Amino acid sequence: MEYVPNILFAIALIVGVGFFTRNVKKLSRNIKLGKDVDVSDNKPQRWKNMARIALGQTKMVVRPVAGIMHIFVYVGFIIINLEVLEIILDGLFGTHRLFSSLGSVYNFLIGSFEILAFLVIVAVVVFWIRRNIIRLQRFIKPEMKGWPKKDGNLILYIEFVLMTLFLTMNAADSQLQQMGAEHYVQAGSFPISQFLTPLMSGMSESGLMMVERTAWWLHILGILAFLNYLYYSKHLHILLAFPNTYFGKVKPKGQLDNLQSVTNEVKLMMDPNTDPFAAPATTDAVAVPEKFGASDVMDLNWVQLMNAYTCTECGRCTSECPANQTGKKLSPRKIMMDTRDRLEEVGKNMDANKGEFKSDGKQLLDDYISREELWACTTCNACVQACPVSIDPLSIIVEMRRYLVMEQSAAPMELNNMMSNIENNGAPWPYNQMDRLNWVNE
Amino acid sequence: MGEQLRVKTMQEFMAEGKQPEILFWVGSAGSYDDRAKKISRAFVKLLNKANVDFAVLGQEESSTGDVAKRAGNEFLFQMQAMMNIELLNGYEIKRIVTCDPHSFNTLKNEYPGLGGTYDVLHHTQYLKELLDQGRLTLQGETYKGKRITFHDPCYLGRANAVYEAPREILAKTNANLVEMKRHKTTALCCGAGGAQMFKEPEKGDMDINVLRTKDALETNPNIIATGCPYCNTMMTDGIKAHEKEDSVTVLDVAELLANSI
Repeated sequence: MEYVPNILFAIALIVGVGFFTRNVKKLSRNIKLGKDVDVSDNKPQRWKNMARIALGQTKMVVRPVAGIMHIFVYVGFIIINLEVLEIILDGLFGTHRLFSSLGSVYNFLIGSFEILAFLVIVAVVVFWIRRNIIRLQRFIKPEMKGWPKKDGNLILYIEFVLMTLFLTMNAADSQLQQMGAEHYVQAGSFPISQFLTPLMSGMSESGLMMVERTAWWLHILGILAFLNYLYYSKHLHILLAFPNTYFGKVKPKGQLDNLQSVTNEVKLMMDPNTDPFAAPATTDAVAVPEKFGASDVMDLNWVQLMNAYTCTECGRCTSECPANQTGKKLSPRKIMMDTRDRLEEVGKNMDANKGEFKSDGKQLLDDYISREELWACTTCNACVQACPVSIDPLSIIVEMRRYLVMEQSAAPMELNNMMSNIENNGAPWPYNQMDRLNWVNE
Repeated sequence: MGEQLRVKTMQEFMAEGKQPEILFWVGSAGSYDDRAKKISRAFVKLLNKANVDFAVLGQEESSTGDVAKRAGNEFLFQMQAMMNIELLNGYEIKRIVTCDPHSFNTLKNEYPGLGGTYDVLHHTQYLKELLDQGRLTLQGETYKGKRITFHDPCYLGRANAVYEAPREILAKTNANLVEMKRHKTTALCCGAGGAQMFKEPEKGDMDINVLRTKDALETNPNIIATGCPYCNTMMTDGIKAHEKEDSVTVLDVAELLANSI
């Protein structure tokens, strides 16, 4: 009987980590549905970006209030995980405060965990107020209705509860230590939870042990549950922010890629040695791609799909977007959310069809992202600049415009005029190329 | 008709067996748009003043294809790019200067992948170079004490991180430079980018250029300075929408400098 808790804990840990692994596999499979893209260039800059933007939170503090609060939660999350390591080992081996032999270092650590836990609670409360009382513009945009709003609040509730459980556990523990209860070694310092102990005064030793054990179990089970909630939530950014900033754009923001498939065709067209009447080559040395641009998630590259899973729906992109600020339908955040939703739909379709995607008559274009949104973009890069985790919504917009123009000839009429002007006289306006130098003498 | 400008084409340089210091890429706006033509003229006035041996492509120049690319027409872009690259490489062009941040961006960043690698500068960067080298000097009286606010063009600023060159040379006019609340990395677009210049905006509750000129007017300026022909058009229209065309003017950095020599 003695080992029942250990066994139960081991089972919980295996189930929790097992489900998480399954979700990670699914995530990785879905991301790999994207096209290959070469991101092997400029490694030093990539590591630097990850260190500065993800680890160093440099983009977060551009908006100081949210930025500093976010650092509390972020540092709290990372540091308090040291404590989770002890909790897991204690759970498996039936020990209590396994690391307490570290002495004063241990006391310092527990003390700082408590302070961080308190700061996390403060930040979470401020975040909740910003979302629900102040109702900041960017949190109440149309794309935030329903699940995204609920998701945002749920994360805050879970974090609040986990931190409260952690502090409650410590409060009961310190009481038990003072009573000299068996098994409860004298260890740790409790700068925050000491304020909770008065609530427990007069409780019996067994009552306190009940509180301590309950808080301990709920805390670790909560963490395991939260780990598995990530896949279904915008909160995935806590993991993906790191690879996403590494694989983010290292070229100048203004540089769009040149489609290689187009280059091949244009070179062929411009080569005077090409025989226009030659039979098409039987070998597919210059394989014509299935389509130009993107109408669905599989046409995007895997970094763009990872972008979609990384998005935490903070809406900084949308709040900086000139189209959105002037009442147009375009919201860069919605572009990312739609991409993820569609990708999830494709993933579920594959799960239901033994790993094969069966056409469902839907696509990212029109069923999720409308043409009106795509044509409202000024390609100004404000969204890309604003994103704290290096997401590039603009690249998806351009890829979808490419599909509309090159596959469907579905550009707005004025743009078709502009393009035929360029074709005919080398300028977006209908002027004669012979007049190009007239400005000198005007 | 203004004063006589000295402009030579690449063909003329070739005929003389010479190479110019720089090629001035005029761009479609700078060639045809009535407002932008004045910017081209102002820039050339400065080049003449500094005795820069420069060339233009003249009738051989054709659209960079940038706007087609942003509209999604990669075919048209690459056709234009490869035609231009063939021409530029044929002339063995090394250094290009342009007044249009969109041409600047595409020539600098997108042409190399198609075989056209050049040292490409925005005219504000090149003018700074001329001033630093002492080839060009300003008298610094015309705009002394005038309130000037600089609107960052997206394709110069965010797209290529050029923020200082236009500000440094504006400061040399002795004007009183005032910044809009959103400037440099957070500057709001004028609304013309991404091929919007050539189409009606989507349905909304305001035009982007009106919002951006509101930013500018909040600084209470005498002059709104820009470094892009499209921004210039958008800001000028914005000023009209706010009925401020009598008290505020929109000028390119090159024009401000040309009025200060």
